[in-house]
Amino acid sequence: MKKTHVKTNDVIFQPVTKVVAFIIIIYSLHLFFSGHYTPGGGFIGGLMTAAAFVLLLLAFDVKTVEKTLNVDYIKMTATGLLIAVLTGLGSFFYNVPFLTQTFSYVDIPLLGKTALATAVLFDLGVYLVVIGVTMTIIQTIGETE
Amino acid sequence: MSVIVDFLIGFFILVGALLCLIAMFGVIRLPDVYTRNHAASKAATLGVMSILLGTFLYFYFYEGHFNSRVILGIVFLFMTAPVSGHLINRAAYNSGVKIWDKSVRDDLKEYNQKKRNKSSID
Repeated sequence: MKKTHVKTNDVIFQPVTKVVAFIIIIYSLHLFFSGHYTPGGGFIGGLMTAAAFVLLLLAFDVKTVEKTLNVDYIKMTATGLLIAVLTGLGSFFYNVPFLTQTFSYVDIPLLGKTALATAVLFDLGVYLVVIGVTMTIIQTIGETE
Repeated sequence: MSVIVDFLIGFFILVGALLCLIAMFGVIRLPDVYTRNHAASKAATLGVMSILLGTFLYFYFYEGHFNSRVILGIVFLFMTAPVSGHLINRAAYNSGVKIWDKSVRDDLKEYNQKKRNKSSID
C-alpha cells in the first residue's frame, strides 16, 4: 500500500472531545440519579457514560484512554453484579422477601429533605454492569487486528 | 407580554422548521459532497437550535418550568454539529471524493502537492 502524505490532524476534534465528554458524563450522572421520579435510571445512564468513553476512544488512541481511565471493565461488571445481589440479600436481615426495597426521607445538610431509596443501590449495580459490558465489547472488537 | 411571548415562540419554531426544510433542499439540490455538507451542517444546526429555543420558551412561560436540559441541548448541538460536519468533509477529502468540476480553487490540493514535492526532494 502506498504511504499517504496526509498526516492525521485532530486539532479540532480533540479539544471539542475534551469539553463534550465532561458534559456527557455529567448528564449521564443526572439521568442515573433522576431515575426514580423522572425518565432515566441505571441502564440509560450507564449507556451514556459508556458513550462518553467511546467518544474518548474515537478521539484518542486506545492506549491513551486506558492510561487515563485505568479501569478493568470486567472487574467493573463483577462489582456491579455483586452490588445488585447484595442489595437483594440485604432484605433478608429485615425478614422480608428477596429484593424488597424501602425508602425514607433524610435531612441532608446541603440538599435539604431528600428521599433516599435502596433501589438506587440496585441501580448502581445495573449502571456498573452496563458500562462494563459495553466497554468490554467495544474494546475487544477494537483491539482485534 | 403574553402576545409577545406567543409571537416569539411561533417565530422560533416556524423559522427553525423552515431552516430545516431549506437544509433538506440543499442536500438534494447541491452538486457535490462538500456543498451538501455545507448546507446540512449549517442550516440544520441553526434550525434545530431555534426549534429548541422555541420549546424552551413555551415550557418556561406556559408551564413555569425552567428546563435546563433544553439549554444544554442547544449548547451541545452548537458545539458538536459543526465538528461532525468538519470530520465528514475531511474524511471525504482524504478518501479522494472529487469536488464539483466547476469549482475554481482547491488550496488543500496545492498544499499537499507542495509538501509531496518537498518530501521527494529530501
